[in-house]
Amino acid sequence: MSATLAIDVRGMTKRFGRRTVVDNVDLAVATGEIVGFLGPNGSGKTTTIRMICGLLRPDAGQGTVLGLDVRTQSAAIKRQVGYMTQRFSFYEDLTIAENLTFVARLYELKPVEEAVAKTLEGLGLSSRKDQLAGTLSGGWKQRLALAACIMHQPRLLLLDEPTAGVDPKARREFWDEIHRLAADGLTVLVSTHYMDEAERCHRIGYIAYGRMLATGTVEEVVRGSGLVTYIVHGALRPEQMRALSMADGVEQIAPFGASLHVVGTDRSKLEAALAPLKGEAGIGVEPGETSLEDVFIKFMTGAQERAA
Amino acid sequence: MIALFSPSRLGAMLAKEFVQMRRDRITFAMMLAVPIIQLLLFGYAINNDPRGLPAAILALGQDRYTRAVVSALEVSNYYRFGERPQSAAEAESLMAKGEISFLVTIPSDFGTRVERADAPRILVEADATDPAAASGAVSALGTIASRALQRAQGHEPVTDPASRGGDSLSFVVHRRYNPENITQYNIVPGLLGVILQMTMVMMTAMALTREIERGTMENLLAMPATAGEIMLGKVLPYLAIGAVQVVIVLGAAKLLFAVPFLGGLGLLLSCVLIFVLALVLLGYTISTMARTQLQAMQLTFFFFLPSLMLSGFMFPFAGMPGWAQALGEIFPLTHFLRIIRAIMLKGAGLGDIGDEMFYLSLFVPIYAGIALMRFRSTLD
Repeated sequence: MSATLAIDVRGMTKRFGRRTVVDNVDLAVATGEIVGFLGPNGSGKTTTIRMICGLLRPDAGQGTVLGLDVRTQSAAIKRQVGYMTQRFSFYEDLTIAENLTFVARLYELKPVEEAVAKTLEGLGLSSRKDQLAGTLSGGWKQRLALAACIMHQPRLLLLDEPTAGVDPKARREFWDEIHRLAADGLTVLVSTHYMDEAERCHRIGYIAYGRMLATGTVEEVVRGSGLVTYIVHGALRPEQMRALSMADGVEQIAPFGASLHVVGTDRSKLEAALAPLKGEAGIGVEPGETSLEDVFIKFMTGAQERAA
Repeated sequence: MIALFSPSRLGAMLAKEFVQMRRDRITFAMMLAVPIIQLLLFGYAINNDPRGLPAAILALGQDRYTRAVVSALEVSNYYRFGERPQSAAEAESLMAKGEISFLVTIPSDFGTRVERADAPRILVEADATDPAAASGAVSALGTIASRALQRAQGHEPVTDPASRGGDSLSFVVHRRYNPENITQYNIVPGLLGVILQMTMVMMTAMALTREIERGTMENLLAMPATAGEIMLGKVLPYLAIGAVQVVIVLGAAKLLFAVPFLGGLGLLLSCVLIFVLALVLLGYTISTMARTQLQAMQLTFFFFLPSLMLSGFMFPFAGMPGWAQALGEIFPLTHFLRIIRAIMLKGAGLGDIGDEMFYLSLFVPIYAGIALMRFRSTLD
């Protein structure tokens, strides 16, 4: 059991009835690390996070969170973990200050007023503290939720799709805050759908259909996928498009503005498929960089086929 | 041009409604179960002219006229003479406890007076805390006893048949606890139970379900609050609201309706506390079963309806058939009504209502146990 691992769980499994939602997931997160947790909807991200913070009892699996046994010491884990739910889950009919006071008192922070005042100040919400939480905009609700989650100075922060429905500027600020917290030694596990957010994490884990398909840095995951990408510039005629999508070796075609990303695993087959386009007037073909999104789409189709 | 009414669009709406109705199993069950329950309860259990009322005879004489009247009363289906108290004090206590609704006292000089045709009297004491239950049975009593006496005299060769002593038989009826037969005396104390039941159960049931429905439960469970703390934190505020309701209803009972208050206030309040605690815990139990506030409300009514009808609040408890009475015993309201009527109207003390208090308090650990067992401190 390494002391430097904030999360070290193996074989985590959760079934709801006959459906296995999380299947034998291993996860190791080092202290101070920001790990992005990616995967399609319903892939088991929320369930895994809930098992880690003790809200769900795993059906199988073992390990430690912050050095505490994930199966038996969930009460102690809860005290040191901040969990921000996917949906705003503070009281909309309480004011901002009342919500924070409630949290401070549940965690027995002393003195309560000081903890609340400090948090309000950090949020820049001191002047609006008597406003009902329900009247806040999406971005402010998210900031309030984050502030409430870290009030008790947790050692591990679990964020479940924290930026869903938040505008780009607020998202940027949110991530700056996450990096500031991690620099102070806080460990962060954050689930997200956004590729740009994944790229702001130190490491990522990709989960689909309850199984962890890849972990590592973004570069490692991209490299590990073995995908090759070519970018096709210019407008293709419908029959050219059809031929390309049917061609052997072409696994994905994704339009990006005026260009196409053509992705495959086998470089020679891919080049052969693209050969007829070379030399066509107004069309350019050049090697491109494989994006995380391409990798994930490959994972998703692969996992889907395996699950089906 | 779109038609103002399209059968296929209506068809789509109907199909969707039926699918949703079927999905919400609790609502669906309510729609089918409530009419059935109402039908059965109203149809079979409720009887405004109750028979088989628990009664006792205190026969102080041993003569044959007394025996004739006693046996006639015993075979009539208006009364169920289960108890044979030996003394007036014993009979009094049975009535204060509510174990009997009627006490027929035949004085020791009854036989002599019949023979002498000297205005024989029978004393009837009726528990008028429930006026509806008392009146029908009291009027039937006179007919039964007079006929029995006439028959007894008719078979008696010594007595002059012309004297017709049975005609001069008189009944002294005491409507105990409520001599003027005022309905409010029965209803108002009962209303305290009904109001408490309605608000306490529903409010508590909704309070916890609201947390689940709004998603705040997930957050609450992720923070260091234990199941016991959450339960007490949810229950105690409603206990306080209940206390306010008690003050309002008791104040109104005294000031507006002039309902007598004979017993001890402290004893009553202790019983109210037990009752409210049971209700709040029941509400909490319901909230562990319901997923939405609507379901919580429906489950509350599911409980509320039979409880109201079988508790003896709306209809005389003694008038219900045995199965309905047995069912009525499982509702806290039934026991609370007996207690509050006994304390307020009869001046009952701890000794008289001790048993009922014990039954009432049984609901507390039962509901608390179910609630704590059902409460999910995890989300699975």
